[in-house]
Amino acid sequence: MDFDETVPLSQRSEWADVVPLTQDDGPNPVVPIAYKEEFRETMDYFRAIYFSDERSPRALRLTEETLRLNSGNYTVWHFRRLVLEALNHDLFEELEFIERIAEDNSKNYQLWHHRRWVAEKLGPDVAGRELEFTRRVLSLDAKHYHAWSHRQWTLRALGGWEDELDYCHELLEADVFNNSAWNQRYYVITRSPLLGGLEAMRESEVSYTIKAILANPANESSWRYLKALYKDDKESWISDSSVSSVCLNVLSRTDCFHGFALSTLLDLLCDGLRPTNEHKDSVRALANEEPDTNLAILVCTILGRVDPIRANYWAWRKSKITVAAM
Amino acid sequence: MFFYMQILDIAGLQNEDGSFSGDIWGKVDTRFSYIVICCLSILKCLDKINVKKAVDYIVSCKNLDGGFGCTPGAESHAGQIFCCVGALAITGNLHHVDKDLLGWWLCERQDYESGGLNGRSEKLPDVCYSLWVLSSLIMIDRVHWIEKAKLVKFILDCQDMDNGGISDRPNYAVDIFHTYFGVAGLSLLEYPGVKTIDPAYALPVHVTNRILFTK
Repeated sequence: MDFDETVPLSQRSEWADVVPLTQDDGPNPVVPIAYKEEFRETMDYFRAIYFSDERSPRALRLTEETLRLNSGNYTVWHFRRLVLEALNHDLFEELEFIERIAEDNSKNYQLWHHRRWVAEKLGPDVAGRELEFTRRVLSLDAKHYHAWSHRQWTLRALGGWEDELDYCHELLEADVFNNSAWNQRYYVITRSPLLGGLEAMRESEVSYTIKAILANPANESSWRYLKALYKDDKESWISDSSVSSVCLNVLSRTDCFHGFALSTLLDLLCDGLRPTNEHKDSVRALANEEPDTNLAILVCTILGRVDPIRANYWAWRKSKITVAAM
Repeated sequence: MFFYMQILDIAGLQNEDGSFSGDIWGKVDTRFSYIVICCLSILKCLDKINVKKAVDYIVSCKNLDGGFGCTPGAESHAGQIFCCVGALAITGNLHHVDKDLLGWWLCERQDYESGGLNGRSEKLPDVCYSLWVLSSLIMIDRVHWIEKAKLVKFILDCQDMDNGGISDRPNYAVDIFHTYFGVAGLSLLEYPGVKTIDPAYALPVHVTNRILFTK
């Protein structure tokens, strides 16, 4: 950058020919903002070039100054795109510009939209770079919603699926409770053109998930992922013994939260699983109350106790159990 | 305002798949679906868009946990869920929502310790979710699944008792957004002295009644 940001625009010779345009808030502005002088002046000059539609190098520099004062101004981002196109500006440099702005605040819709616009113009050649950029952002905040959205878009539009499942694993190793990483895992196994789809991946994914559950049974994400692997296939869901086994395994432990194991078992029972004596004994061991002959009802009673903040929900589940689900 | 509607080409922002772009440059997000549907319903010109396609797109963003994300396959997030459920509510399409499944996902947002709500699994509670999660629960008629008293306490604990206002969580700095979300949340929890708001529009009921039920 070759401008001196500390000198007011009105005192820079480069801008002497431009008449700044003040903001028109109307005769009775509601909650007028007390802009700082530097902000007000920069916006006045931006308005001038915006309305005169000046798409020049100095206009590009001015959009940068403006964005540094408020990176959320989508009109400025929009105009910057017009200028970039008019000047046929180096878009690789633009990727770097975006990264510099992101350093201050990456939770900004306009920034990510701009990034996508640039990446789309550069095409599949930058797939790797976009995955690398989102990886860097996710290394600071592994649940960054914009970064995940951009990453999913990159895979869809530009490619790069090869290492994505490994990347999900890497994140889950760091934090197995990362729901975004579990969601991405599902995204990959269902949409990657390199894998065989959900059914083909089910066995290996069930094995992976069960390992994660046993290491941390209080993890909402892993239990939900397990169920999602059986999407629409109720028969397999209730007949695959590894699913009910993991429930029993967790319920037999005294060192962990039983809520998700119990609710999964409840779902299985309501979906038609015929409980074995092992299931019944396992649940009854946790019951303080007189064991009800209806196993599903007993599970709901226990859940009302171990997950008391959702007592109303478990009471409703109990009310929905028909005699057939034993 | 109605005069300017002729200039505004909302229909032009609807894409082939029913989604909406935020502006002419095309970024798609279910937030825009909600904004368009909410605004056009207030202006009484929902016929400017293809509502069926808009609904189809929102439904395509439904995940297996019953929630919705910003685009198909994106992680379920309480803010996006509010947008999708709100849009479906306004257009009379709540039958597309698996209310029991989503209701459970939403009530799982409540933290036992603080009573507050988060927006995704294993994230911190935040007062803004008192609006996104609570509105969604009310729209699908499942709000009784959360522990209301504990949530009221959480919101009240987020007040700055010296200078006023509400923050995102206790002892953090206040701002106008979280003050709004906190008060809106208290309204949805039927806190005494707070006027009722419409969960889909996040506007006071006396305002939505005036807008929607007068010609």
